Amino acid sequence: MNGFPLLTLLTALPLVGASIALVTGKHARAVALVTTFASLALALVVWMQLPANGSIGLVEQHAWAPSLGIEYHLGVDALGALMLVLAAIVTLMSVDAANRVHHQPGLYFALVLMLEAGLFGSFTALNFFHWFLFWELCLIPAFFLILLWGGTRRGPAATQFFIYTMSGSLVLLVAFLAIFLSTGSMDFPHLTLLASTGELEEIVTAHLGHVMPWLAIGVLAGFAVKVPMFPFHTWLPAAYAEAPSPVTMLLTGAMSKMGVYGLLRIALPLFGHQIAQIRTPLLVLAVATVVMGAWAAAAQKDLKRVFAYLSVNHLGYCLLGIFALAVPAPGAGIDPALQASQYAALSGVILQMFNHGITAAALFWFVAMMQQRTGGHRGIDQFGGLRKPAPVLAGLMGIALFSSLGMPGLNNFPGELFIFRGVFPLAWVAATVSILGLLVTSVVILTVIQKVFTGPLPEHCVGFPDLHHGERMALAPVIGLMLLVGLLPQLILGSVNPTVINLLAHWSF
Amino acid sequence: MLSLLHPNSVSLLAYTIYLSFAGALLLALVPGRTPTLARWLALVFSVAGLALAVQGFIAGMGQGLVTLVDVPWVPSMGIHFLLAADGISRVLVLLTGLAAVAGVLFSWNIDLRTNEFFAFYLVLIGAVYGVFLSFDLFLLFVFYEIAIVPKYFLIAIWGSTRREYGAMKLVIYSFAGSALVLIGLLAAYTTAGSHSTGLIELAHAGLPASFQMWCFPLVFTGFAILAGMWPFHTWAPTGHVAAPTAASMLLAGVVMKLGAYGCLRVGIALFPHGLDPWGFSFIGIGSWRDVFAVLAIIGIVYGALAALAQTDFKFVIGYSSVSHMGFVLLGLVTLNQIGVTGAVLQMFSHGIIAGLLFAIVGRIVYDRTHTRQLAELETMHLSRRLPFAAWAFVVAGIASIGMPGFSGFVAELQVLIGAWKVNHWWVAAAGIGIVVGVAYIWRALQKAFFSDLLPSAHVLEQEQGHHFAAITWPEVTGVVMLAGVSLFVGLYPKILLDTIEPAVKTLLAGGAQ
Repeated sequence: MNGFPLLTLLTALPLVGASIALVTGKHARAVALVTTFASLALALVVWMQLPANGSIGLVEQHAWAPSLGIEYHLGVDALGALMLVLAAIVTLMSVDAANRVHHQPGLYFALVLMLEAGLFGSFTALNFFHWFLFWELCLIPAFFLILLWGGTRRGPAATQFFIYTMSGSLVLLVAFLAIFLSTGSMDFPHLTLLASTGELEEIVTAHLGHVMPWLAIGVLAGFAVKVPMFPFHTWLPAAYAEAPSPVTMLLTGAMSKMGVYGLLRIALPLFGHQIAQIRTPLLVLAVATVVMGAWAAAAQKDLKRVFAYLSVNHLGYCLLGIFALAVPAPGAGIDPALQASQYAALSGVILQMFNHGITAAALFWFVAMMQQRTGGHRGIDQFGGLRKPAPVLAGLMGIALFSSLGMPGLNNFPGELFIFRGVFPLAWVAATVSILGLLVTSVVILTVIQKVFTGPLPEHCVGFPDLHHGERMALAPVIGLMLLVGLLPQLILGSVNPTVINLLAHWSF
Repeated sequence: MLSLLHPNSVSLLAYTIYLSFAGALLLALVPGRTPTLARWLALVFSVAGLALAVQGFIAGMGQGLVTLVDVPWVPSMGIHFLLAADGISRVLVLLTGLAAVAGVLFSWNIDLRTNEFFAFYLVLIGAVYGVFLSFDLFLLFVFYEIAIVPKYFLIAIWGSTRREYGAMKLVIYSFAGSALVLIGLLAAYTTAGSHSTGLIELAHAGLPASFQMWCFPLVFTGFAILAGMWPFHTWAPTGHVAAPTAASMLLAGVVMKLGAYGCLRVGIALFPHGLDPWGFSFIGIGSWRDVFAVLAIIGIVYGALAALAQTDFKFVIGYSSVSHMGFVLLGLVTLNQIGVTGAVLQMFSHGIIAGLLFAIVGRIVYDRTHTRQLAELETMHLSRRLPFAAWAFVVAGIASIGMPGFSGFVAELQVLIGAWKVNHWWVAAAGIGIVVGVAYIWRALQKAFFSDLLPSAHVLEQEQGHHFAAITWPEVTGVVMLAGVSLFVGLYPKILLDTIEPAVKTLLAGGAQ
């Protein structure tokens, strides 16, 4: 069972890097670059080592505090491993983008690496306590990164972010205490097994009365804040806008996935039945997230806020897929058509998590570059005609924008296609409204392209330098990845498929 | 002589797509300082595409559906990279090849970021080839979407009158159509059992008639938006006018055909029962077929009347496209052999003629006079000062009004015969459009070129001192090529009809194959 502790090594690596970065001061970025490169390499090794049958592999299990049901229990399936790769890529991009940290660079990069470790830990943990530790570990560096390096209104933004997510965590903790008190276990695979037979509900009801639906709602709320889902999204625009852009890349690229991941790893397996009962209101909220995100993005003047709301919109598609597939079980017999739709929706959700991470991080990276070049400008109306002085930046950012729009041939399209293909038979009204929501998204993105890249060049953009060689080299793999996944989604789907089957087999609605 | 070409070489048609995208990539990489190189590269790639299209057309004569490429793409959804060509595809690929070459010739004077212009241009061409050759529903949709992006940039960057408005309007209309199509496609795929996205498999999947009844109008409308169907046509005139010449040639010439092609290949072929009678009728309208026929006829008449009222020369041609595309849509919903064949021929014919008209108005005339206002052109005596443009417009105008001897005549005649078989009133109403069509062409011709306002001595003196730039070789070549093709097809329509007819027959007889 306990082979080479690859996952422990992966999680420890950024922590080691963080302590080195802390003491190296000026050279911290170099340390961070090396560490994130190595982490990415290790994450890819993990991705290669996945078991072919889609089950959880690379398991490490050790006693920690047995009386409390706490174990050191790690393992990944394709879902976890894909998130590890994503977190590693996004952190690398973020470190790459943060080339102008003058104020306490040692601390900055140490916090970024801590955040990476938190991400790795939470995507591999299989015990609630262990998972919760890392979930919180992410929160602290993110809070300080916003508070210490953020924009002018960083204080309120950081506080709001902290309070929202902390409240979410608190609800999660309470829910799991209830489960632990009833079952004596905090182990995800064990609890999933109990839930799939319906035993979990019986045990909890026997111990605590009829609280399962409330626990489900609590857990959902905890994750909904993180994703975020309408109406829990209000912390997000301020936090994304006030955080320094490289940190925003981390927040949207990787941390928002913790919420979706939690829904898939914890909420659906344990509370599938309860979620299926309130599926319709949840679908309404998911559609509201999609539509509201798009409309709100259309109303923004600040590029970072536009992209922040677009993130809400894109993660709304994930929520849509997740809630649509929680179809109340009709009892005996399995309908293959229903299964195929659930399967497509889940594959789409997982693809979308990865793709949104890459694309959103890239978009905020471009914003960071534009801010650097114009002394901090990021209002849509403050730019114009950038195609002339910076054709390469315009071209590459154009590709990223079209990826975000869901253009076929780029990465977001296959994920959204799969989600729609899956959701359509399961909840056609929700799918139809969301597809029409795509129209708003495209208007938003085309408006950005039009205002930023065409028209007259404003004065402060005269002499706007194009991407220099290093930036081109750094961006090329990211853009290449967008094209690669867009043209050959099978590269990811091939490995994700067995896990999708495996996950669905263990969920009962 | 023609049979020397090996029949299997039809499969080379797939290279039209690859070649265009490769050309676009190459053009994006060449340095921007060398416009001449960019022009020649674009010409080489578009001529090569045309050569492949001609070769595939000739080699495919007498053959039915030929599969070009078939590899699994997204196996879990049954999506294949499936390219194939039947007679309809081969004719439209030929049209695309011709329009592509003509577009390059008439863009020879683009000096602003020439390489980028042609890169976007070739992406558009490649995507259009892709739509015409896709026999997998999702692949078709992918190419259809890819075609939207370069249109936006071509208009927004190189366009003229209110280009940003025109570009955005066109793209929003296109995306709205795509959204309708996507909903319909997902519904069809799911209803058919979610096994395959192949057009032929879906056509044979036996979709329930009640399902087809609501899915057909959705998909047909989605595609027809791009075909300029009234009342969703309003993007077309503004888009055409805002676009640079080559882009308006392509918009009217091939992009509007994408919409009509989608209506036929997806709408009618997959959901034939969607056109069945409802079982009741309201003011003479008893099925979706009647609804779309009426919209098509309104488009024919309205487009013609609007063209008659324009003061901007390019808007005249823009509205004429709406009118002529009405014939295509009317032909499609006749659902009989001759009407649908006529519709496909009309797609080809209008693609050529509209390209020619836009080239004359947007390139040959506008780039020299710098005005498109008919009132101003009236004072310029262009028949004497630009005789080539005047006579080219005479030829194009004659072709456009459907004079026998040109391709438009055969096509519209077939559409009308097909329509006559269904409903006499349709023909009577569409006939009004033809009459008005003569009027607006005559009016434009008279105002722009053969004005009878006599020049004063003063004006004559001014004109003596100011000559327009000489007509260049790319312009002559382009005009001769397009007019020649229209004339050739008009005199010898059999060359296309022999390829179109069997394909239409199989399509109407039950599904895509």
